[in-house]
Amino acid sequence: MTALFYIAAVVAVLSTLMVVTRRHLVHALLYLVISLFAVAVVFYTLGAPFVAALEVIVYAGAIMMLFLFAVMLLNLQADSPLRVPRSAWIGPAILVAVLLAEMIYGLTMETQPLAGAEVGPQAVSEALYGPYVLGVELASMLLLAALIGARHVARTSDEEEATASMERSRAAAGKRPAAGTQSSAQGPAAEEADA
Amino acid sequence: MAAVSLDHALVLAAILFAIGFAGLLTRRNLIVVLACIEIMLNAAGLAFVAAGARWGQADGQVMFLFVLAMAAAEVAVGLAIAIRFRQSVKSLDIDDADRMRG
Repeated sequence: MTALFYIAAVVAVLSTLMVVTRRHLVHALLYLVISLFAVAVVFYTLGAPFVAALEVIVYAGAIMMLFLFAVMLLNLQADSPLRVPRSAWIGPAILVAVLLAEMIYGLTMETQPLAGAEVGPQAVSEALYGPYVLGVELASMLLLAALIGARHVARTSDEEEATASMERSRAAAGKRPAAGTQSSAQGPAAEEADA
Repeated sequence: MAAVSLDHALVLAAILFAIGFAGLLTRRNLIVVLACIEIMLNAAGLAFVAAGARWGQADGQVMFLFVLAMAAAEVAVGLAIAIRFRQSVKSLDIDDADRMRG
């Protein structure tokens, strides 16, 4: 298990370096996925299989999917061509093959986690819904706020115009009586100024 | 031997954090900057999990779950801002964002 840890650590450092150094955006994101997979293997060797699975599902799955959608929505073809050449797959393929060999070895052989005993999903869940239940609620509020905030920030200009015109008409409807009182209040002052 | 490896897990977290930070400071593409922030958050989560594994407690993994939720929220809002930035400034270069009114 110690060797597995060091190999995965080397893969993580190499792929993260590639994320930072690649000029091409899609290449960088490709290497970021491998970096996250490598960190998942590190979690597995540390005796945290639940978090290793979540790293793959949430980070490499959901969050990278968000990046992918952003790249598609931004339509970056003008900045950098999105077509990935065949040769760009060699580096990621080698790194992923190393990780795959590690996972097969770790799953088939009886291996001992580095910490001695692994902390399984049950222990994590008991801690999560015991002393940390308030944190879970706060995390759900944070995610809801992020959902609404992202929806609001990324609205299209058509929607923005529709919202603005709706607000304008609402403000005009609300202002009419207020404007009347304002002009009557200004009336005596204007008369005094004339006098 | 086991404790040495767990120290090395913290060293790995520090290396990943430093790489992410270097990328954050040097890269100009907004999407890559967000990816570098993800790397740094992931390294922080790795430090939590390594520390939790060192004492055989579940707390480190619980903290990683919170880091995960925060990273998901951060990247959702960040990419929404990227889409907005692209619409108004017509580029993704963060050096073009030197004015408060785009």
